[in-house]
Amino acid sequence: MTFRKRTVSGGAGTLFTRRSALKIATGTAAASLLGAPALVRAQSGPIKIGHLTPMTGFLGTLGGWAVDGASLAVEEINAAGGVAGRMIDLMSEDSINPENGATKAQRMLEQDGADFILGEISSATSLAISEVAARNEKLFIAVGPRSDVLRGERCSPYMFCTDIPNTVMVNSVGTSLKQQENIAGKKFFTLTADYVFGHDLLTAAKAFFDRNDSELIGDELIATDVTDFSPFILKIRQANPDYVCLNLAGNQVTNFVKQYAEFGLPYPMIGFNLNTADAWAAGTGNLSGTWPTVWLHTLDTPESKAFVERFQTKYGKIPENHAWISYIAIQIMAKAMQETGGAATPELIEYLESGSEFDIMKNRPAYFRAEDHQLVQEAYAFSVKEEGTYDDVHDMLSLSDPVPAVDQPLTTIYPSVENGACKLPA
Amino acid sequence: MQIVFLLEQVVNGLVLGGYYLLIALGLSLIFSVGGIVNLSHGAFYALGAYVFVTISGVTGFTLGVVVSPVLVALLGILFERFILRRFYREDPILSLLVTFGLALVAEQGIRMLWGSAPLPANLPSEIRGSVILGPFLFSKYRLLMLAVIAAVLAAIWLLLNKTSFGRVVRAGIQDPDMVAALGIRLQPYMTAVVMLGVGLAALGGAMFAPITTVHPAMGAEILTIAFVVVIIGGLGSFWGVVCAAMLVGVVRGVTVFFLPAASEASMYVLMFLILLLRPRGLLGESIQKFES
Repeated sequence: MTFRKRTVSGGAGTLFTRRSALKIATGTAAASLLGAPALVRAQSGPIKIGHLTPMTGFLGTLGGWAVDGASLAVEEINAAGGVAGRMIDLMSEDSINPENGATKAQRMLEQDGADFILGEISSATSLAISEVAARNEKLFIAVGPRSDVLRGERCSPYMFCTDIPNTVMVNSVGTSLKQQENIAGKKFFTLTADYVFGHDLLTAAKAFFDRNDSELIGDELIATDVTDFSPFILKIRQANPDYVCLNLAGNQVTNFVKQYAEFGLPYPMIGFNLNTADAWAAGTGNLSGTWPTVWLHTLDTPESKAFVERFQTKYGKIPENHAWISYIAIQIMAKAMQETGGAATPELIEYLESGSEFDIMKNRPAYFRAEDHQLVQEAYAFSVKEEGTYDDVHDMLSLSDPVPAVDQPLTTIYPSVENGACKLPA
Repeated sequence: MQIVFLLEQVVNGLVLGGYYLLIALGLSLIFSVGGIVNLSHGAFYALGAYVFVTISGVTGFTLGVVVSPVLVALLGILFERFILRRFYREDPILSLLVTFGLALVAEQGIRMLWGSAPLPANLPSEIRGSVILGPFLFSKYRLLMLAVIAAVLAAIWLLLNKTSFGRVVRAGIQDPDMVAALGIRLQPYMTAVVMLGVGLAALGGAMFAPITTVHPAMGAEILTIAFVVVIIGGLGSFWGVVCAAMLVGVVRGVTVFFLPAASEASMYVLMFLILLLRPRGLLGESIQKFES
């Protein structure tokens, strides 16, 4: 029903000739870079990436961006001659839900010859895929999921996470909120997505409230298929909090902010999770408050601006954060494969764990922390401009300075390794 | 104070029920008259929302809400004429399959036309905010919606019960062969009923677009609830569907009050209980042509 497949490697008819032409260029480049062994590998066909991401369901609107971003990266890499002399073949499919995601990952690794799995947004599906990857002793690059659990008690030697985790999102918004006012003694009412991601985010949020002597006066668990929030909005009014705080995901966020604006309650809103697509989908005048993000298209670095331009040229629209992170995840893996000369799992793990730095279009480069396999990088908070001060919904958000501040190490906003629950075999 | 909060949920549930009703009523009508379980009904809801978002930028909010259902209803003519009409007398499984397929095609079609990213839509600022009546808080917009739904409902009731059109439709529901024997062609009436049904769904989509995510799969989201309402209400019964929609809205609101995590499950439990006690649904009528 929701099966979809897309291969990025040029049309079938033109594939061979185009690749032959590229091979000449690639061969020359690879020979000078890596010597003869890479040339031998160049004969062994394309590197296959199994790309799974939700294209339907409550995260489905985000998955389209992921496919766009990943496709653009693969297209650029292949146009420049591939990696280690081989083209990349991206097989994008709808992961649908944890059961289907795991089944498809299994099929991709065992039958379709995928060298590794990359993608996903749902934390629940990521956990399922991670187990399949570990069984097959193949890598799973978890691009979009944000649960701390994936970097904590459920971490895996075969999984690397590229997005910012829940703790970082809470810390980014929290830092920004504390700059605006003293939140000690303030009453928060939270709405939480009722699955592993939401529960995990609530834990991080509770830790933040405790640290700052704030009070959590109510929490509602919201099933992922809820589209009408009016009964919950009435409960918020009954609780009379100082802040309404959202731990929701995907379409839930859009639905809630639209209906919250519809009811026009006076309590300011903050959120610990938001994707820009959900913000844009809310339309003008509905969203308010402070939110975290891993990247926004207005980020003022030359690399980021150039990426936005290339993306717009290809797709005619402004990239969303899932397009960006899928793009950089592919680029990171391309670099890793180039450096290790192929897609062999042990070498890739060793390289990614080595602390090598990656340019991810931000002020500071990012690196994977060997202890818990997560990408350590700058994060941001954004707030929503006053209605009427912008024309286009894409100009609605105003990005903060990077968190942490330039004089502090990146790890200050991350959970500490010492207290972390991730125990990877040495 | 607790009792006021509970009552507030009950009243809010009634308002929400009105919205479920718009989708469920069309579904029930199309089934009653044509014997077709229209699994593509949600697609017309989604189309209503998409057309509304597309044209309201030009026409303004109010005209958008009016024009979108009319356009989708016109599309309903094609739907009836070229697809549904072939299946009235066929095995119901065929119409089930064809409308299911159509729902998938429509969802993909929306993706191709408008893209997979949700479309932004918002309320004009005049009708945002809430009013407090006595102890109850209402969203202004939902009160407006309720008024529109009540008016539409009254019009449909009058149409079905007080006009010659309605008499033929009701007779057609019970015994199409007898209607034919009396020299009345049912086909134009079928077309009208399908137009009305999908138009209602589109009206629901247009009115809900500013307060929900407008995305390609939105039709599938609402379809399940609509079916639950129709089944609880009982097929063929106008008031049954009305009562069921309100009941589902209220039960959901009350569950949110007592046991929020179970709110989405509550309507299925309700359906289960009602079917156990009244297999025909609340006010389900015995329809001759479906009895054999």
